[in-house]
Amino acid sequence: MDYDRYMELDFTDDGPAFVMTRRELLQLMGTGIIIVLTGGEVIAQASEGRRGGSGQGLPEDFNAFLRIGEDGKVTCFTGKVEMGQGPITSLAQELADELDVSLDSVQMVMGDTDLCPWDMGTFGSMTTRFFGPALRAAGAEARAVLLELAAEQLGRPVEQLAVQDGVVFDRENANARVSYAQLAKGKRIARHAKATLKTPAEFKVIGKATTRRDALAKVTGAAKYAGDIRPSGMLYAKILRPPAHGATLKSVDVSGAEEVKGAQVVRDGDLVAVLHEHPDEAERALWRIRAEFETPQAGADDVSVFDHLVKVAAEGEEVSRGGDLKRGEARAAEVFENTYLNSYVAHAPIEPHTAVVQIEGKKTTVWASTQTPFSARDEVAEALGCAREDVRVITPFLGGGFGGKTRNLQVVEAARLAKLAGKPVQVAWSRAEEFFGDSFRPAAVVKIRSGLTRDGHIAFWDYHVYYAGSRGAEHFYDIADYATVSHGSGWGGGAHPFATGPWRAPGNNTNTFARESQIDLMAARAKADPVEFRLRHLRDEKMRGVLTAAAERFGWTSAKPAAERGCGVALGIDSGTYVATIAEAEVDERTGLVKVRRVVAAQNMGLVINPEGARIQMEGCITMGLGYALTEEIRFRGAEILDRNFDTYQIPRFSWLPQIETVLVEDKNAAPQGGGEPAIITMGGVVANAICAATGARVLQLPMTPKRVTEALRKR
Amino acid sequence: MEEVVRFTLNGKPTTLTVDSGRALLWVLRADLGMTGTKYGCGEGHCGACAVLVGEQAVRSCMVPVKQVHGEVVTTIEGLARNGKLHPLQKAFMENDALQCGFCTPGMILSAYSLLRRNPRPSDAEIREAMEHSLCRCGAHKRIIEAIQQAAKEMEGGS
Repeated sequence: MDYDRYMELDFTDDGPAFVMTRRELLQLMGTGIIIVLTGGEVIAQASEGRRGGSGQGLPEDFNAFLRIGEDGKVTCFTGKVEMGQGPITSLAQELADELDVSLDSVQMVMGDTDLCPWDMGTFGSMTTRFFGPALRAAGAEARAVLLELAAEQLGRPVEQLAVQDGVVFDRENANARVSYAQLAKGKRIARHAKATLKTPAEFKVIGKATTRRDALAKVTGAAKYAGDIRPSGMLYAKILRPPAHGATLKSVDVSGAEEVKGAQVVRDGDLVAVLHEHPDEAERALWRIRAEFETPQAGADDVSVFDHLVKVAAEGEEVSRGGDLKRGEARAAEVFENTYLNSYVAHAPIEPHTAVVQIEGKKTTVWASTQTPFSARDEVAEALGCAREDVRVITPFLGGGFGGKTRNLQVVEAARLAKLAGKPVQVAWSRAEEFFGDSFRPAAVVKIRSGLTRDGHIAFWDYHVYYAGSRGAEHFYDIADYATVSHGSGWGGGAHPFATGPWRAPGNNTNTFARESQIDLMAARAKADPVEFRLRHLRDEKMRGVLTAAAERFGWTSAKPAAERGCGVALGIDSGTYVATIAEAEVDERTGLVKVRRVVAAQNMGLVINPEGARIQMEGCITMGLGYALTEEIRFRGAEILDRNFDTYQIPRFSWLPQIETVLVEDKNAAPQGGGEPAIITMGGVVANAICAATGARVLQLPMTPKRVTEALRKR
Repeated sequence: MEEVVRFTLNGKPTTLTVDSGRALLWVLRADLGMTGTKYGCGEGHCGACAVLVGEQAVRSCMVPVKQVHGEVVTTIEGLARNGKLHPLQKAFMENDALQCGFCTPGMILSAYSLLRRNPRPSDAEIREAMEHSLCRCGAHKRIIEAIQQAAKEMEGGS
């Protein structure tokens, strides 16, 4: 196979690679139909307040979302990337439905900065919420344009025409027909049509459970990830890393590395690397470099960091407030005050950060595992001192992202090294580098004071979150007197000893854990069933709906299942989606080991584009969420990261897997909401509440390791 | 030390002159361009690099290439025969038993090895055999279902 010119993300088997430059793309307007969207409300919404560092929004001049080729194939261009969350299937479904073509005829070109409209990045569960509507609008416009063309060609009014599988025909005489392919032939389209989106009743592809379209490539090993791209002459780089963040290089002796046959040592300031045609030989040579670093005095560690964070946090910003806390507190018969802690967690995608950079004359081509290809392009241009237009970032499949592949450090490293070496260079982080260079989900503290009235109602709610940010901080219960205050930004601005960043539904995991734990302990104090107690305080019909659905599916009763077993519930909202999760856990009181036996999650995410994809994301959230609930926390001493591999940093395994059931609460007429993140937010809270139901022990810190559970058991 | 290493790779005789202490993973990926085999941890913890030596799944990051001298090695690229997918590959597709797909080659080959040893594994036996194969996306539930489906289909002996 020729890897030198791997330029495509073409997931169908329809012949030659689809290779184009932007200019070629424009030239193609003469031979196919390219739908150009200019502005519009949907686009404004998609890019509002979220412009890139370069001042770009979704482009308004040239914004090709899709092309209908002379072969009738529809190509969808999107800056979004496929990292397992499934837009390669769901976006194609949306386009196929609006265009009235078969799903098979839609091919996806994703995350290619030369071909795709500018995009901020793939995170925050925004693809379906914000890009989806813009894409559907493009599809609907395209269909309207094609209908007009067909009307001219067939000599019939548009109203009399219908479309099926990319063929326009006369409703009254199906023999009068013309295909999209025929219409596209030799056409140049530069007009816009008014179009309305289809209603749920008209959907044929949207809402239909569809298996992944990239599965064949992924089960045969054909799917390409950044590390699988190998331009000819490419060298693998291994980079000298400091022992701790902030450490500075004092002296370095690279002579040992240079003795390794085929190894080339390059240096640019603090960037010292070995290049070799084999990655393992590069690594072997790297071990022979003798380097001295000056490491800054160790600050906080994973135990003391919580006090540190509260101490350095800025004055809080009010997220929301209602009523009067003093008045509420006066009504309280009992006051509850708790501090909840959550640790730093790693993204730990199985594919570490990887990038390949090839510089040919003026043109630089980058293949990167990145959730932000357009930022990567700008960062490479800055590092190389070239124009943004001369850099093309191509995003192959990502082997997981979860918010961790947004910084592009490895991309810039590869660009600098490619320039130094004068050859294409691949940088692929080792697992230890991945644990070191990750932007962890920040450790956070939540302090809640709340009260109960004599008749078992929540009297007041005073909520302060430190460093988890405001996402998910607001409660949704019927409480008259409350305040929600966020201290320190989500990513910390210097408070943390190392980089932090978004991690699947960021701080909502922490906020939901704290809120749902506190609600639960008040329910217990009020001698109320935790489901009934929540319903007592819920007016929001959507939330009541998901809770009722989860309870029904679970077969919720107040009765305790068996010794050392207990059931818990937790609710949350993320990315517009409402989630109710109920779990049964078993606690070994001797060891403190927790096993989650069963999880039922019900979700209202508005219109569901691909129910199969939505369920998979829920299952993934539930399974991944067990990790931050039970074991995952980065251990560190100052800015030195002690976890380096999966032996000490434990992520969920097959033996942990509970029985998982997912319920999608139908709400077809509501706009589609996020799917990749919401169902993970309840996992800390639901497991904590199930542990408490099983044992009476309340664990206030995540992850709920055997040690912490044992401590909580002792305190009960 | 450079040595001549001969083995059968996906049905084809392969001869290499390499430092025979190098890990099979890197020889496959860098020297032979067989990139379906993935690096995940480099220390045998995750299973993304699993390949078959004979019928046994091994962690190619931990196997010096000299150890496969004279052996039959199968990577994910060699599992489908004559254009026909292996029942495990089909089952992974039909059950959506993957998301990002990065652990998938190793998962499939580890499952293959299990089904050779134990053609009708129970749910508990599947979990035990797959315990040290890591998936970060959380596709575990469907991976178990896919293995069960493939086991059923293979009962006829494919």
